[in-house]
Amino acid sequence: MTKFIAQATEYLPLLLHGVWLTVVITFVALCLATALGLVWALFRTSGIRSLAVPTRLFIDFVRGVPLLVILFYIYFVAPDIGINLTALQAGMIGLGLAHSCYLGETFRAGIDAVDRGQVEAAKSIGMKRPLMMRRVVLPQALKIILPPYANNMVMLLKDSSLVSVISVQELTMQGKMLASSTFDNMTVFTLVALLYLCLTVPLNILMRRVEIYLGAGR
Amino acid sequence: MIIFDDVHKSFGAHEVLKGISAEIAKGQVVCLIGPSGSGKSTLLRCVNGLETYQRGHISVDGTVVDAASSQVHAICTRVSMVFQRFNLFPHRTSLENVMEGPLYVLKEDRKQVRERALALLNRVGLADKTNAYPASLSGGQQQRVAIARALAMRPQAILFDEPTSALDPEMVGEVLQVMRALADENMTMLVVTHEIQFAREVSDNVLFLDGGRIVEQGPAKELLRHPKHERTKDFLHRVMHPV
Ligand SMILES: Nc1ncnc2c1ncn2[C@@H]1O[C@H](COP(=O)(O)OP(=O)(O)OP(=O)(O)O)[C@@H](O)[C@H]1O
Ligand SMILES: [Mg+2]
Repeated sequence: MTKFIAQATEYLPLLLHGVWLTVVITFVALCLATALGLVWALFRTSGIRSLAVPTRLFIDFVRGVPLLVILFYIYFVAPDIGINLTALQAGMIGLGLAHSCYLGETFRAGIDAVDRGQVEAAKSIGMKRPLMMRRVVLPQALKIILPPYANNMVMLLKDSSLVSVISVQELTMQGKMLASSTFDNMTVFTLVALLYLCLTVPLNILMRRVEIYLGAGR
Repeated sequence: MIIFDDVHKSFGAHEVLKGISAEIAKGQVVCLIGPSGSGKSTLLRCVNGLETYQRGHISVDGTVVDAASSQVHAICTRVSMVFQRFNLFPHRTSLENVMEGPLYVLKEDRKQVRERALALLNRVGLADKTNAYPASLSGGQQQRVAIARALAMRPQAILFDEPTSALDPEMVGEVLQVMRALADENMTMLVVTHEIQFAREVSDNVLFLDGGRIVEQGPAKELLRHPKHERTKDFLHRVMHPV
């Protein structure tokens, strides 16, 4: 045990850069996924077929392809059509895009779960759709969406380890490199796992707090 | 004020309104009665564009209601609606519910809107509930907030869809009282209701709807005391003597 702690303190600084990159990737991808997801959900619930149907096909398509393949596609195929991305950019876009589809469905379900009477009440005082969404539907959908959203956030953080396959040196990748140079698999990967937990556990706690806070509104 | 001219409405192949013609003059209170499924709610909802209709015309103060046009939002700011299940915004207080329309739809000055909303809540007897959320109010209180919300738009007419049928019996009176006061102030009202006594005392005219048609219409006292048609008699008998 003391040996583990001694070695861990030696490896930790080497892994911290990976932690930082994991956080950045997760954060950027989450912002992208949330913004796009909201767009998908609004398209899907718009009642306008020319928006709803293509969005649905796109979501089904992305959800039906493994995230790894999406990452390869964006990183290796995009240059062929003249889009050059760094591995980091490709990773963040790929993660964001894939999760925007998962989140889009979560958001849509939340919007659909808001009582129809609310929409009618909003219309009956003359609200147009954008105002109705902003003032009436989305605030109520938020409470329904939040638990699955938090769940998704943790999944996204864990999925960020996949971008190591396109050689982004985030936490998992750094762990792998460190392990192969020290041959100390046990310590390094235990440390990597613990570092991931240090990120996900506070996220879970934070979200539970927010949920309780929102629930206390009534 | 509100004119129905041969209005037809179908849900798919199911024709729900089969040529409705009627007229509601300014300041009149008209009650719409009829059995379940006769199309009362549907007719009401066509007036403020919550439903579309396929044939005929509905006009409000000279403007034809067409749910497909962008004009329909303008109709909603002039014709308010009160729902059976209140449909208050649960994430906002009574006061915020009442202020919502004038503030965000009519874009009026916040201070004036607030004052008017407080006055309206006072008028429906809820001055002490301004900061309460709907979930903490009784059904009768919620419906009175909903009426205040409808009034806050300064509507030319208000549509009521069975405003008391979701209420416990002891709360029906407080809501009817508010509606009666509105009628006394010459608010134009179209009310779907099963409260026959209210219809008799408060309304000017009554429309009896059955199977998507107006079977009988006329002055409330006359129609409700001496209905001409068998179906009207039958219906009134059943409503007034449920057992
Ligand atoms: N959105 C809808 N889609 C399909 N059919 C509908 C829809 N809304 C109403 N209907 C049908 O239209 C008919 C009239 O309904 P409506 O709600 O207007 O009746 P109502 O007179 O208000 O009845 P109630 O007293 O039960 O409220 C019913 O047969 C109903 O099943
Ligand atoms: Mg009805």
